Amino acid sequence: MVSALDARSSRVVSQPPTRLGSREDLRTIGEPTVVDPKIRCRHVDVFYGDKQAIFDVSLDIGNKEVIAMIGPSGCGKSTFLRCLNRMNDTIEGCRVSGDITLDGQNIYDEKQDVVPLRAQVGIVFQKPNPFSKSIWDNVAYGPKIHGLAESKPELEEIVETSLRKAGLWEEVKDRLHQPGTGLSGGQQQRLCIARTIAVSPEVILMDEPCSALDPIATAKIEDLIDELRNQYSIVIVTHSMQQAARVSQRTAYFHLGYLIEVGQTQQIFTTPRHRLTEDYITGRFG
Amino acid sequence: MTRHLQKELEKIKKRILSLGALVEDRVRMASQAIEQTDPGMAARIVETDWEIDENEVEIEEECLKILALHQPVAVDLRFLVAVIKINNDLERIADEAMNIAERVISIAKREDPGYRFDYVAMASKSENMLKKSLDALVNLDVDLAFKVVMCDDEVDVMHREAYQRTCREMSHRPEAIKYLLNYYLISRHLERIADHATNIAEEVIYLVEGEIVRHGKF
Ligand SMILES: Nc1ncnc2c1ncn2[C@@H]1O[C@H](COP(=O)(O)OP(=O)(O)OP(=O)(O)O)[C@@H](O)[C@H]1O
Ligand SMILES: [Mg+2]
Repeated sequence: MVSALDARSSRVVSQPPTRLGSREDLRTIGEPTVVDPKIRCRHVDVFYGDKQAIFDVSLDIGNKEVIAMIGPSGCGKSTFLRCLNRMNDTIEGCRVSGDITLDGQNIYDEKQDVVPLRAQVGIVFQKPNPFSKSIWDNVAYGPKIHGLAESKPELEEIVETSLRKAGLWEEVKDRLHQPGTGLSGGQQQRLCIARTIAVSPEVILMDEPCSALDPIATAKIEDLIDELRNQYSIVIVTHSMQQAARVSQRTAYFHLGYLIEVGQTQQIFTTPRHRLTEDYITGRFG
Repeated sequence: MTRHLQKELEKIKKRILSLGALVEDRVRMASQAIEQTDPGMAARIVETDWEIDENEVEIEEECLKILALHQPVAVDLRFLVAVIKINNDLERIADEAMNIAERVISIAKREDPGYRFDYVAMASKSENMLKKSLDALVNLDVDLAFKVVMCDDEVDVMHREAYQRTCREMSHRPEAIKYLLNYYLISRHLERIADHATNIAEEVIYLVEGEIVRHGKF
């Protein structure tokens, strides 16, 4: 399987499925491209000052797919995720190079306004971080500043639909004007998802969205992800192998800032092709 | 946590290999029983079959426990799936050895019509396939596993020959039909043993290569 990558594609190798790569080989095994990408990353490098955190990563995010990013702590998952909506711009000393396009448009173009970009490519963090405002305001804030609602009823409609899509409506509809911070952790996380959805994103980035949640709240978020993928492309960073296996269609494994292997989730978890992937997912790492 | 899993997997590997050794023994006894029409040996096989069944159930329970508690992936997952299947194949091989034993017992009861089938070659081929498939499992030796898969056809040919011979003999000695039928069925059981040995070899290939080779797909 030769990848459809362009020019400097020497980092991507095709190997027979049965031969595990050597641990020293940091080239990407698998198929980083998709036919109809939503986001297309090519040769992305990220530096924090002099220190390089991401090395020549090329990867597509498909339309309406859930792609999981896994790898040991510090391997660059969050760094790479933040490239996709230019959240790294907010970090002092952080420099991103390479090409990243959303629907074919270079998101690092000088003319690109990051505010609409971050609505189009929303992000949900590990720790639920609702504003210290009412549940209603948390969801209504985005649509208001992005001018998505012409009238109060329209705004009401957006708030309700977003809360419904996030599976939270039934639980909060009678207390919309109480503070969002008064909800349980799992509810807060779904509120943050509702807030992200409210500004009509196309891609949702999730950085360990369940790591602060109990199994039941986690299951709800996972069910939600499964429903959301009918409408959005979702990139989820997770430390839970089981979660990656449950929610994603593709999985990407990062190691020391390199994209080591990417493929269908089922393949990664039954027959990984790179030794490093296998070491990590079977817990033989380190 | 994962060191724990590795220990559990080591334990289960030892168990499946010792079940393999037990089953190999049964097959060896069965071919001796055929060769010497030895009802005493046959009876020993029948009497001790519970031992295999008990082991099979325990190994399966152990595998299910590991799956539930550790949710293994990749090579560990393939290993457990392979063990569950191999466990089943081993138990079925032991059943076939017992079937052979029962045939031998009933043959020994009947009057010898002066005709005997020579199953030495076929029995030793099946025995050998089982041995090699277990060696392939111990050493995760894919080449050896492929050799076993290749042998399966030879045993099938022997089985077809036994059928032809039986048909011929039946028309010459209609009075000995029951005797001949029992003799013929031994061939059927040996052929099934070779089939299960082939399955084991295929499981080893899956375990190592992660690719399912079955139904002549190689
Ligand atoms: N703001 C920063 N300034 C300097 N270095 C950083 C910064 N953020 C991350 N790094 C470094 O970049 C590398 C990748 O970090 P990153 O947070 O992307 O890893 P991660 O895979 O998300 O890890 P974790 O699983 O622990 O969240 C690490 O070596 C980290 O120390
Ligand atoms: Mg992170």
